Amino acid sequence: MNFYQAVNNAMDIALASDPTCVLFGEDVAFGGVFRCSLGLQDKHGKDRVFNTPLCEQGIVGLGIGLAVAGSTAIAEIQFADYIYPAFDQLVNEASKFRYRSGNEFNCGKLTVRAPCSAVGHGALYHSQSPEAYFAHTPGLRVVIPRGAITAKGLLLSCIRSNDPCIFFEPKVLYRSAVEQVPTKDYEIPLGKAEILVEGDNVTLIGWGTQVHVLREVAQLAQDRLNVSCEVIDLMSIQPWDYETVINSVKKTGRVVIAHEAPLTCGFGAELAATVQKECFLHLEAPIQRVTGFDTPFPHVQEPFYLPDKWRCLEGVRTVVEF
Amino acid sequence: MIRGEMFLRHFVSCNAKRLGLREEVTRIERNIGSLKSLFSTTSSQYEDSASEERPEFPGSRAGWTDKLEFVKPDLYDGIPVYRVIDRKGNVLRPDQDPNLGEEVVVKMYKSMTLLNTMDRIMYESQRQGRISFYMTNYGEEGTHVGSAAALNPDDLVYGQYREAGILMWRGFPLDRFMNQCYGNDEDLGKARQMPVHYGTSALNFVTISSPLGTQMPQAVGSAYAFKRDQTRRCVICYFGEGAASEGDAHAAFNFSATLECPLIFFCRNNGYAISTPTSEQYRGDGIAGRGPAYGISSIRVDGNDTLAVYNATKAAREMAVNENRPVLIEAMTYRIGHHSTSDDSSAYRSVDEVRFWDSTDHPISRLRLYMTHRGWWDEAKEANWKGKSKTKVLESFAKAEKRKKPDWRYMFTDVYEKLTPGLEAQLAEMESHLTKYGDHYPLKHFAKREGPIE
Repeated sequence: MNFYQAVNNAMDIALASDPTCVLFGEDVAFGGVFRCSLGLQDKHGKDRVFNTPLCEQGIVGLGIGLAVAGSTAIAEIQFADYIYPAFDQLVNEASKFRYRSGNEFNCGKLTVRAPCSAVGHGALYHSQSPEAYFAHTPGLRVVIPRGAITAKGLLLSCIRSNDPCIFFEPKVLYRSAVEQVPTKDYEIPLGKAEILVEGDNVTLIGWGTQVHVLREVAQLAQDRLNVSCEVIDLMSIQPWDYETVINSVKKTGRVVIAHEAPLTCGFGAELAATVQKECFLHLEAPIQRVTGFDTPFPHVQEPFYLPDKWRCLEGVRTVVEF
Repeated sequence: MIRGEMFLRHFVSCNAKRLGLREEVTRIERNIGSLKSLFSTTSSQYEDSASEERPEFPGSRAGWTDKLEFVKPDLYDGIPVYRVIDRKGNVLRPDQDPNLGEEVVVKMYKSMTLLNTMDRIMYESQRQGRISFYMTNYGEEGTHVGSAAALNPDDLVYGQYREAGILMWRGFPLDRFMNQCYGNDEDLGKARQMPVHYGTSALNFVTISSPLGTQMPQAVGSAYAFKRDQTRRCVICYFGEGAASEGDAHAAFNFSATLECPLIFFCRNNGYAISTPTSEQYRGDGIAGRGPAYGISSIRVDGNDTLAVYNATKAAREMAVNENRPVLIEAMTYRIGHHSTSDDSSAYRSVDEVRFWDSTDHPISRLRLYMTHRGWWDEAKEANWKGKSKTKVLESFAKAEKRKKPDWRYMFTDVYEKLTPGLEAQLAEMESHLTKYGDHYPLKHFAKREGPIE
């Protein structure tokens, strides 16, 4: 299965196993602009898989209300770049619904899904990675899978979670990330990172598409620098897995964090701040962040903008030669 | 023959579309076509224009015009204001009297006046520094109780912040109102929000949040869930005429209509959004005028006429639940009090204007007159009830004030369903901080729960 098929499969299972589950957003009825909802309306019915008007604040508001009334709601935002009209509903409402009501009410059964990240030609408005805005909001879960297997398991966990979740899907992986995805119903726990490659010298931390870049970087580092890298896929951005990251850094003493989102206040800043606090005496070099630049996401300049394997490799070299 | 045919086609397709008979249209048009070919002496010009009888755009069901004419906003005189009783409590048309009977009407009256009494005392208590903030409901009690009485207890209420009368009607105890305002350890909301941000799942009243209009698309979502559940519950969503300017209002109207939800939109048009009068809030025919543009049946009512509000809400509920569609009620009223304890409305409106509404068109006096006409209420009952309600409120007030705040550690719970490792660490850090610096914190006002918090 590829990534979008895995997402489709997860939603199919959710719809089949939970009669209260509904899926909605712009253009989901015919299958969605990335085919994530292909066949689901035919299979589960027009009252359960349906189009909404073109209005993100309405889509998320609707989702909150559905969840409050006991329905499992999967709200699709067509591109993460367009999630901002729903920012108020997500930050002021969804994240705080349980807290402010003293647990009289909650919208935990809401999951908001949106395609994110670079796709080669997306430019300013089809390439963004907005995870940092939402990680800064207590009460939301922010999850980003790296491939088809993790997409299915993490999405099912999000849908079934009793906390409102935002699930970002790196769109460049929709067709390219093909894996042997189990067809059964399975979940991957939220709040847990995964160590993909074990190593001793440098900890590399990323999520989504960047994880694949870091895997290549680990190989390059081995081949060219004789450096052994430990590659961590964070998967859950908020809440994130302190234990796995801190244990790794205490072992290696050197960290490179990489993300497509701009440098300033990107999620790498949070990781760096926490790691330096918890692992200060274990660090052999300052923590490196290799990220998008502090510019809007450009079009033809994308190859210069992204934290590619060469910039990441330089980051590894820097921490190793400090 | 040709004119007749054109008329017939036009008539059929206009009305068939209105009645939803697409197949009829096609069949009749085909029959006309075959009749035409039998009798026709027309040139092919008419056959070509047959498909131009009506526009075929997917986006509109309107006909053609060859007049260059703009539809002006003052096209009509505004949706009229429905009322049942006049300012003196006399029923204008007997067949509009809902004939609710003494018990129900007295309960309505008592809910409105108890609210009024509580408002006076709580407003004062803020002035005295006993609670941090308060919002009164003066002048709008009729909109609350008239509508609440027309709903079922399990209909879900989304409010804005000036709907406490619904809770009064539904039996929210005075203690609970007070506990929330004082933020004590009995507050259902665990003392996390400013006063008047009430909420109770037992009474189907969703907790109030400060951002305006956000409840509107949420109400639509809940209504959609109820439609699927087939429980015949409806949702009512209250909002002010100011909040109706928010984008969320537009989103909610549009979604409720396209998704066909059993929902009542209830707008309290009280003339002001803090200091902003309606003339600076909108230029069209208020909020009711917007409804039909979204495909929503709409009505405007006298919000100070509790019985008119009742009738409109009752009828709206029938439509919403039986036909699964949204209905819009705009209740015209007047905000007699200040926006909140942080406001002094004499800065932007005349005391005379306020006095006018308070003395000549108040929902409480109008309902009292209605009851008096029927022999259900008199001066003695009024004095007796006033005394009793004041005593009840003061008792509750004193009790609530004495209670401690909840254990401060509840600041960390309910952020997520369960405490996360991160929050556990932050809680531990603060606990440790308090062992050293506890004297500088108001710990003595906070209850202490034995054992760990969760």
